[in-house]
Amino acid sequence: MSALIELDGVRKTYRSGSVEFEALRGIDITVETGEYVAVIGPSGSGKSTLMNLLGCLDVPTEGRYVLAGDDTSELDEAALAAIRNRRIGFVFQQFHLLASMPAWRNVELPLIYAGVPRAQRRERAEAALARVGLADRLANRPGELSGGQQQRVAVARALVTEPDLLLADEPTGNLDSASSRDVLGLFDELHDAGRTIVLITHEPDVAARAGRNLVIDDGLITSDRLRSAAPAGAR
Amino acid sequence: MSWWETVRSGLSAIRAHRLRSALTVLGIVIGISSVILTVGLGQGAQREVEEQIDALGSNLLIVSPGSSTSSSGMRGGFGSASTLTFADARAIADPDVVPDAAAVAPASTSSVALVNGDTNWTTSLVGTSTAWPRVRSRELSAGRFFTGAEAEQGAAVVVLGPDTASELFGRRSPVGQQVSVNGTRLTVIGVLTSSGASASGSSEDDLAVTPAATSSRLTGSTADTVSTIYVEATSEDMLSAAYQEVQALLVNRHGVTTSEADFSIATQASLVETANETNRTFTVLLGGVAGISLLVGGIGVMNIMLVSVTERVREIGLRKALGAAPGVIRRQFLVEASLLGLTGGVVGVLIGVVGAQVLPRFIDQAVAISAVATVAALATALALGIGFGVYPATRAARLTPIDALRSE
Repeated sequence: MSALIELDGVRKTYRSGSVEFEALRGIDITVETGEYVAVIGPSGSGKSTLMNLLGCLDVPTEGRYVLAGDDTSELDEAALAAIRNRRIGFVFQQFHLLASMPAWRNVELPLIYAGVPRAQRRERAEAALARVGLADRLANRPGELSGGQQQRVAVARALVTEPDLLLADEPTGNLDSASSRDVLGLFDELHDAGRTIVLITHEPDVAARAGRNLVIDDGLITSDRLRSAAPAGAR
Repeated sequence: MSWWETVRSGLSAIRAHRLRSALTVLGIVIGISSVILTVGLGQGAQREVEEQIDALGSNLLIVSPGSSTSSSGMRGGFGSASTLTFADARAIADPDVVPDAAAVAPASTSSVALVNGDTNWTTSLVGTSTAWPRVRSRELSAGRFFTGAEAEQGAAVVVLGPDTASELFGRRSPVGQQVSVNGTRLTVIGVLTSSGASASGSSEDDLAVTPAATSSRLTGSTADTVSTIYVEATSEDMLSAAYQEVQALLVNRHGVTTSEADFSIATQASLVETANETNRTFTVLLGGVAGISLLVGGIGVMNIMLVSVTERVREIGLRKALGAAPGVIRRQFLVEASLLGLTGGVVGVLIGVVGAQVLPRFIDQAVAISAVATVAALATALALGIGFGVYPATRAARLTPIDALRSE
C-alpha cells in the first residue's frame, strides 16, 4: 500500500484587488491507494478549492501536493494537463457532456488528448460504457439519456483512461434519489474493484457510503475518521 | 492530438453552426472573388493592349499636331492645333530627307454623314494616301484600296470600315454600290477587315477612307492640315533614327526649336505604355478596394471566433480538465479559423473563375485569370484565417479550466 495523495501544509489564497481571501489555511492529508474518501463541508468551507487542487485544476499558493509520486506544485499548465489526463478521472455535478456528440465520443475525449489511436479509442470507450451498464446507449446523445444515465456516461469517461484517482464533485447533486443510489452503487462497485475515489459532497448520507470522511470547515480539516472497517485497498 | 484529429474536430465545429459559418465565410468569399476579378480585369485589358501593339507593329511613329510635352501656357494641348500639313507629310516621304521612313500616310479626320438611299450613318471620314493600309496594318475583306492615280485625281471612291458597311448596307455586299456625302456620290470600292477596339477606346471599325484630295473636296476644307501623320520606320531598330529625322525635319520646316515644337511624335510603344499605366492605376485602385473588403472579411472571422470562444467556454474548460494542454486548445481554434478562411478562399476563387467566364459577355472586356493570382488569393484567405484567429485562439487557451467549467 502506497500513498497516492500527499498534501503537506497546503494553503490557497485568492486575491481580488486589494482583498485577500484565504480559502485553505494549512491542509495536511494523506490518501492511500484504494481508499474511498468523502470530503464534507458547508458551502464556503473551502471544499471546492480543495477539489480543484486535488484535481490539478489549480496549484497551491503554499505547501506541497504530491500525486502518485509527482510533486505538482512546480508544474506548468501543459504538464498539469498531462497529469490530469493520465492520473485523474473527473465526475462533475453538471455532468459536463458535450451535447453534440454521441455517448461513445464523449467517453473517447480523454483518450484523444492521451494520443491513443482511433480504433483503440472506440474499443476502450465501448468497454468503459459497458462497465457502467450503458453498452446499449453508445450512439445516444446526452439529450437522449436520463440524468442518471448521463452521469454514468461521465463516470465511463472518467474511467476510460484507467486513472489512479477518481475525483467526484457533488456527483449526485443534480440527480433524483433513485439515480443517486444508482450512481453511488456504481462508486461502491468501483471501490470494491480497487479504485481510489475522492468524493466531495455536502450531503451526509452520500458521505456515509465512503470509508473515510474528512470534514472541512473554514479552510481547515476539522475531522478525519474512518467509518467502516478499513479501506478496500487494505483488505 | 494529431493534426488530422484537430482538423476533423474543427470541421465538425464548423458544421455544427452551418449558418453562422456560412455568413462568416461570406466576407472572405466576396473579398477573394473581387480581388481575383479586378486583377483579372486589369490583366485582361493589358493583354488586349499588348495584342494590339503586336498587330500594329512596333515600328510605327505617330506624328500629331500640337505639343504634348508642354501643355502649360498658351500652347494648345495634344492634337488640338492644326499645325501639320500634307506638305509636311510629303517632305517626310522624301527618302533623301528621312531615309529611315519606309512608308508615310497623312490622315485628316472629319465627321460626315454617309447616305445610302434612306439609310444614313454618321462616321469619321479619313482622307489619306495609299500607304494607309500598310501603316495601320489593315486589310480588306472585299474589294480593293484606292490606287495612286485615284489618290492624285481625288477620285470619288471610298473604302468602308466593316461596321460602317453593315450599318449602311446590312448584309449586302457594298462593293460597287454608291454612297453620297453632302450630295456627292462616292463608289464603294472596298471593305476593311475588323481590327477591334483601339487602345484609346474608339472603334477602328466604323470609318470611311477616301483619298486626301477627295476628303477635302467633300468637307469643303481649303486648309492643307492633317490630324495625324503615320510614319513606318524601315525596321524596329531604325525607329529612333526615324524619330530623330522626322523631328529634325519638322522643327526645321516649322521654324521652331525642339523645346517649343508645335507637334508631337509618339511611338506605338509609348501609346501602349500610357494605356497600360491607366490600366494599372485602375487595377491598383480596384484591387485596393477589394483588399479592404478582404480585411473586413478577416475581421468577421475574428468576430465569430470570439463569439465561438465565449459560447464554448464550458466545452473548453471540460477539454482542459480532461487533459487538453493550452497549446492544443489554441491549435484547435486556429485550425477552425483557418478552415473558415480557406473555405472562403476556395469558394471565392470558384466565383472569381466563373465570373471571369461570365463577365466578358456583359462588358466588352476580357478577364484574365492567372494561376499566380489564384494561389496568392488562397494563401491570403488562409493567412487571414490564421491571422485573425490568433487572438480568439489565445483567449481560449488562456481560460482557466475552473472558471471555464463554472460558467453557465
